[in-house]
Parts: sequence; structure tokens; C-alpha cells
Amino acid sequence: MTATGNAAIHYLEQFREQRPELPGREPAWLDGLRREALEHLATAGLPTPRDEAWKYTNVSSIAAQAFTPAAPGAAVPDRALLESLLEPGLGGPRLVFVNGRYLPELSSPPALGGGVRVRPLAAALAEGGESLRPHLAWPPGDGSGFTALNTAFMADGACIELAPGARLEEPLHLVFVGGEDVLASPRNLIIAGAESSATVVEEYVGPEGGRYLTNTHTRISLEEKAQLVHYRLNRESLRAFHMGELRIRQAAGSRFVSTAVALGGLISRTEVRVDFSGEGAETRLNGLYVASGRQHTDHHLHIDHRLPGCTSEQFFKGVLDGAARGVFSGRVVVHPDAQHTDARQSNKSLLLSRNAEMDARPQLEIYADDVKCAHGATVGQLDGDALFYLRARGVGEAEARHLLIHAFVGDVLDRIPLPPLRQALERLLWARLDRREAAGA
Amino acid sequence: MLTIKNLTASINDKPILRGIDLEVRPGEVHAIMGPNGSGKSTLANVLAGREDYAVTGGEVSWQGRDLLALAPEERAREGIFLAFQYPVEIPGVSNVNLLKAALNAKLKHLGREELDAYDFLALVKERMKLVQMPEDFLYRAVNEGFSGGEKKRNEVLQMAVLEPLLGILDETDSGLDIDALKIVADGVNALRAPDRSFVVVTHYQRLLDYIVPDHVHVLAHGRIVKSGGKELALDLERRGYGWIAELERGAGDDARA
Ligand SMILES: Nc1ncnc2c1ncn2[C@@H]1O[C@H](COP(=O)(O)OP(=O)(O)OP(=O)(O)O)[C@@H](O)[C@H]1O
Ligand SMILES: [Mg+2]
Repeated sequence: MTATGNAAIHYLEQFREQRPELPGREPAWLDGLRREALEHLATAGLPTPRDEAWKYTNVSSIAAQAFTPAAPGAAVPDRALLESLLEPGLGGPRLVFVNGRYLPELSSPPALGGGVRVRPLAAALAEGGESLRPHLAWPPGDGSGFTALNTAFMADGACIELAPGARLEEPLHLVFVGGEDVLASPRNLIIAGAESSATVVEEYVGPEGGRYLTNTHTRISLEEKAQLVHYRLNRESLRAFHMGELRIRQAAGSRFVSTAVALGGLISRTEVRVDFSGEGAETRLNGLYVASGRQHTDHHLHIDHRLPGCTSEQFFKGVLDGAARGVFSGRVVVHPDAQHTDARQSNKSLLLSRNAEMDARPQLEIYADDVKCAHGATVGQLDGDALFYLRARGVGEAEARHLLIHAFVGDVLDRIPLPPLRQALERLLWARLDRREAAGA
Repeated sequence: MLTIKNLTASINDKPILRGIDLEVRPGEVHAIMGPNGSGKSTLANVLAGREDYAVTGGEVSWQGRDLLALAPEERAREGIFLAFQYPVEIPGVSNVNLLKAALNAKLKHLGREELDAYDFLALVKERMKLVQMPEDFLYRAVNEGFSGGEKKRNEVLQMAVLEPLLGILDETDSGLDIDALKIVADGVNALRAPDRSFVVVTHYQRLLDYIVPDHVHVLAHGRIVKSGGKELALDLERRGYGWIAELERGAGDDARA
């Protein structure tokens, strides 16, 4: 039996053991959903490079390790460690999850009222959660073994509901902390009513050197003219694994702006799928990835334009060093009825070492004729002439590299209009890049 | 202050400089002329420390130190400035950031205090007047989208801010219109000082009407085949480089002898 097949059996066994502990055994539909997911996992297993969508990301090393799905009461890192991981904070409301489970002691949820409801998913499910049912349903079409694994074990996460016209005034910070040997399966829901608006930051962290698997899944539903600004910050331990999925459904005139920053994880992958269910919706996916050593970082984006007049943009940049490997696979399909689509795609990577590698696959499939589409991908090195030019002006080599790398990533950072987050990111980014410089990697 | 002895250098194993000797004393202006491909830019780049060239022999001493042992940034901080024949465009790095990083690196090297934001800006703006460069150029990316002439002026601006002891101008006059040539030359002349020297690489006598050299050298096939006073430049203007070939043959014979 293959590693991914064995992994499926391991998680089936784990499910049998943990089933009594999982919330939502009461609503039969949830139990049914989990079993459907397990069925999928048992037959399909975890993905292998034979799956087209996983061609460049081999997860056999994840499958080969038997992580224990986080059970309630699983060991929680000590408070001091947790607090150090939560730095730098953003200062506003915050929900903290450890091993995928809500930790009230370190959380400060936003004030209720004004049509804003923010709860841990476990609490929402304990109340029956019937209204959440359509948002938790098995994704139409495909879903990978990781989607199935998350569905089988999801127990908690953030459940954010905005009534029509509601505004979440301050950015809401969700922090997910991973722990040793554990599989965490956070499930987040953002359900935004018509003309509501919010900013949500999803951050994933773990203790340095920690080995664990975060398998997270976020569903976003934007009703007409709803607006969501979304950040996704992966700064997992460099030995951890991170599999993340983001599925967005956008009604007419809604706007989704997201920035995904991937710094951590030995193998990390973020999959984003956008479906427009109404005309004139807009989605902007920005991304920045930095990887070194033997890190593998993958962004897999899929946007379907089925209706007229929607706008989508993918703007991803990355810096790879050491023997790191990056993957960008951006697929945009403009279906025959999607006239007046505006779809742009750009992916640029900077390789700082000879052994770093990038697979960039921008794919634009256009079946409509009256559309504006553009795509491009470049992979390059630091410009030697520019480096010499700066040094010839007295700027030291390390600082010159710094300036050029900063110049490269600058336009992604410019797209982060949230000053505290942007500053925190700059610090993290440089701590990350400088560590690499110091290690001479 | 700069002494070059029998300097040889090659690129990709192809010898380009084949024995250069040159002595530059404080306050002097040396002009280097010579046909395309003779090695003028190579010499300028070797002095600035470009690593694509392999120095295969000879020595260069700069204020008593072995210049060739220094990294490019150390040379710059020790007072050597190369105005590039082809200034490089650096998207995403603003002119003002480059100037700040460069000036601070130098001041730090000299053990002096960095300028605060106010003094720095005052200095830069004053020097921009010298080359008549509009202020918005400060906030544009280094050389990105600059016209040929604007790039050259930007080189002189950087030189004016960094105040080197030796300015090497590699065809800074090429691509300049008549007014810009005058502006650039005036800028250079304003920087002339008893302890500051210039090596001016040019194809045109006209620049030397403005920046009057103490010595003129003709470089051909990687050697200085003739040196003289400023009248040599006039000679070249009149007679071209044809007669230099004769001299070269002579030099070649000398070398063989
Ligand atoms: N990378 C390279 N590989 C091979 N030859 C090179 C390389 N770079 C420069 N050269 C050669 O070195 C020689 C000297 O070039 P250099 O740029 O120093 O000439 P120059 O005197 O500055 O010419 P110009 O007046 O046209 O600016 C030329 O023949 C050039 O083709
Ligand atoms: Mg030249």
C-alpha cells in the first residue's frame, strides 16, 4: 500500500477513536458529512504527483508521518511560549486557536452588536448550527484528500457572520498555533451579508522547530456588494507542514481583496478558489512567498469567470533561496458567457541561489470574445549590474542585496494598506531574509 | 595619489588591458581618448572593482594602498567614483534612497556621523541645482525611464553628493545636448579642488574645452600609446586615430624587444 493510502487508514482509525469527542455528532447531517469525507479519503487517499493539481508538490513525506488529530485537551504549549508566538500582535480583537481549538484565555473577541457575530465554530455547532450547514457542505466539484481530512476532523475555527450592512470596524485577527506531532484542522467561515464589510487576518504560527501539520480550510461567502479584505500569513515553524484551502463565493458587485504571505513551513500549499455567483464582482489575490533551505511553497489559484463583467487579478511574487522550491499555478477560466471579464495574472520570482527552483504555471483559458486578459510569469536573479552599480556607490554588498530584494517585493507590500500589519510583515520578512544571509544559505 | 603600473586585465580569458601605466596626482585632470573597443571602459571598471574582469598582472596603488585588494564598496568609500558609461536602471529603488545609503555608508566608513534627514535633503537639493535637475527626480527609481542625458546628469549628481577624491567619468558627455554638456561640465568644474582629481574618458575634444585636462592619453588595444598635454586632444580631433596605428606598431616592437 502506498504512503498516502496508509495515511488514509491511519486517519480512519483515528477518526474511529475520536468520533465520540467531535462536536456536532448530534446534528446527523454533520456526522454524515464527515463520513462522506472519510469515504473520499479512503478511496482517493492523499494527493500524489500523479494528480495534475499536485504535480509539483509531493506530499508523500506528510503522508508518511502519522500525525495525531488534535483532541480536546491535547497538550497546549505553555503560556509564555504562546505569548511569544503571538507577537507582534495587531492590537485589535483577536481569536486564538491552539491545535485548531479556541483558547479563550488569550482571545479578545470583538464587541457584539451592529449585526456582527463572531464565535468559535465549536460553539456555533453546539447550538445546532443548522444555518451553517450550506457553508460547511462538501465543496461542489472536486476536493482533495486534504479537504476530506479537514472535513472529517474539523471541530473548531472562527465563525464570522455579518448581517446585511454590518461593518466589522477593526481588523479581526485570527491566530492558529500548531503543536508538536499534532494534526490541526481549523475550519473557518466568513459569511458576509449584502453590503457588509470586514477585514480579517488569518495567521498561522508554531514553535520554532516544531513538527506538525496544519490542514486548514476557510469558506467565504460574500453577498451582494459585500467587501472583505483578507490577509493570510503563514509563519509556521520551518519544520511544519501547512496545507490551506480558501474557497470564496462572490455575489454580484462584491469585492474580495486578499494578500497571502507565506514564510513558514517545510512544505506549504495554499489553494484558493473563487467562484462568482453574480455579475460585476471583483477579486484581487495578492501574494508573497519567501522560502529557503529545503522549503517547498506552493500557491494554487483557480478563478472561474462564468458570469459577465467580473474582475480578477492575481499578483504574486516570491523570493527563493538555498534549495527552496516554489510553485505558482494560477488558473483563470473565462467561460463563454463571461463577457466583459477583466482578468490579470502576474507571477514573478527572484532566485537568490543556483539551487533554488520555481515552477510557474499561469494558465488563462478564454472562451469569451469581449474580454480584457493579460498574464505573465518571470523567474530571474538579482541583477548583477544593479548590484555592482550600488556597490560602486559605496553601498555594502549585503545592503545592496537588501535594497534590490526590497525593491522586488516592494509593490506587493505596497498593496497592504493596514499599517501595523505591513510593518510587522516587513520586520518578519527581513528577519527571515537576514537569517538566510547570516547562514550564508 | 593613483599609480597604475603595468596593469593587465582580461575578460573571459580575452586580454583587454595589456600593460597600462598611469600616474594621477592630486588636483589633476587626465583625459583618456582612444578608438571604440580600445579598453577605456575596461580600465574605468577595473579601477572601480568590477569583478567580471580578471586582473592578470600589474599593480594599482591608491593613496599608498593596494586598490586591487579592496571591494568595490570600499573603493567608493575611500573616494573613488565611477560615472558609468551606461548607468544602470534600478526599478523599485528611489534616487533619494540610493543617495542616502551611499552617503551614509561613506560617512560611517570615515567614522563620521550620518546626516539627519533635514541636512541630507538640504545637501541633495543644493547639489541638484548644480546639475539643474528637477526635484521630482529624487523620488523616481534610479535611472528608470530617464533619458540618456538625464542618466548622465544623475551620475554627476551622485558624484556631487558623494564628493569623491577621484572622479572617473566614462563618456559622461556622450548623449548630452549642447546645453546639458555645459551644465555637466560646469558641475564637474565646480567640484574641482586641489585634492580632487578626475580621469575623463571622452571621444570629443569639445568636453575638454570646458574641462581642461592637464594630460591627455591615447589608449589603443589596451595600452596607452601616446600621452601629451591638452593640445594632443586637438591633434586627434584633426587627424583621427589613423596615425596612432603607426605608434602602436612601434609600441608593439618595443614590447617584443
Ligand atoms: N564580456 C565580454 N566578452 C568579450 N569581450 C568583451 C566583453 N566585454 C568587453 N569586451 C571587449 O573588450 C574590449 C574593450 O571594451 P571597452 O568597453 O573597454 O572599450 P571602450 O574603449 O570603452 O570602447 P567605447 O569607446 O566604445 O566605449 C572590446 O573589444 C569589447 O568587445
Ligand atoms: Mg567605453
